[in-house]
Amino acid sequence: MKDIVLIVTAVILSLAAAGAIYRIAVGPSLLDRVLASDVLLAILGAALAIDMAVNRHLNNLVLLVALTLIGFVGSVTVARFVADRRGQVNDS
Amino acid sequence: MTPNATGADAVIDAVTAVLLIVGALMSLGAAIGLLRFPDLMSRMHAATKPQVLGLFLVLAAIGLQMREWWVWPILAVAWIFQLLTVPVSAHMVGRAGYRTKHLHPELLSIDELEAVVVRAAGQRAAEKAQEAASEMRHTGSTRDDGSARESGNARDARDSGSAGANDGPSA
Repeated sequence: MKDIVLIVTAVILSLAAAGAIYRIAVGPSLLDRVLASDVLLAILGAALAIDMAVNRHLNNLVLLVALTLIGFVGSVTVARFVADRRGQVNDS
Repeated sequence: MTPNATGADAVIDAVTAVLLIVGALMSLGAAIGLLRFPDLMSRMHAATKPQVLGLFLVLAAIGLQMREWWVWPILAVAWIFQLLTVPVSAHMVGRAGYRTKHLHPELLSIDELEAVVVRAAGQRAAEKAQEAASEMRHTGSTRDDGSARESGNARDARDSGSAGANDGPSA
């Protein structure tokens, strides 16, 4: 049971991370990359939480909350300073 | 998880396994949404799934596995923290996306900001026209000249309207 859950979730999360990384690489805009990196952070958090649930410990819980904070600060900062470039309207 | 669980343990383990796998599927759903949706706004819709619902499911699985009551408030705090921060960052990203025109207007079913943008553009055009008119009175130039410049100013204001309307107090 434990192994099955670990393998299945690992496969799913790996595929999800690959998709998010592809979106970070391709873009096309900075905001898309911010959004995809947020999703990647959520996937990492899910992996940490699954490890906690399967192995019955709470060592990663603080890391999980810190990850939330970092993702929040990161995306807000980037979104705040996205420049309004008139030249490339609607390149999403 | 307990190896070779029986009775209640087996049931709890099965529920945990379902919660974990569904929680992981949320991440996969978000990744598929990121890859397949056409623009930033619809990708934002997909991106929220693992951040809120996925985290909730996985934290519930942790709570089930730990079998201690004091764990639940801590997990609730972690989840509420996520609930508080995700909408704020989504709001910032969405607003920045609207300002930099990273959206396909034809895909929107409703654009609630459009009325505000148009109104602000109209206000700005009126202000500019007033300024131009008062300038004109000082310099004493002809009336025809002034109206031509007015219409040019109005078009300018409409072009920069979407950025200008969002330069509100919170910007």
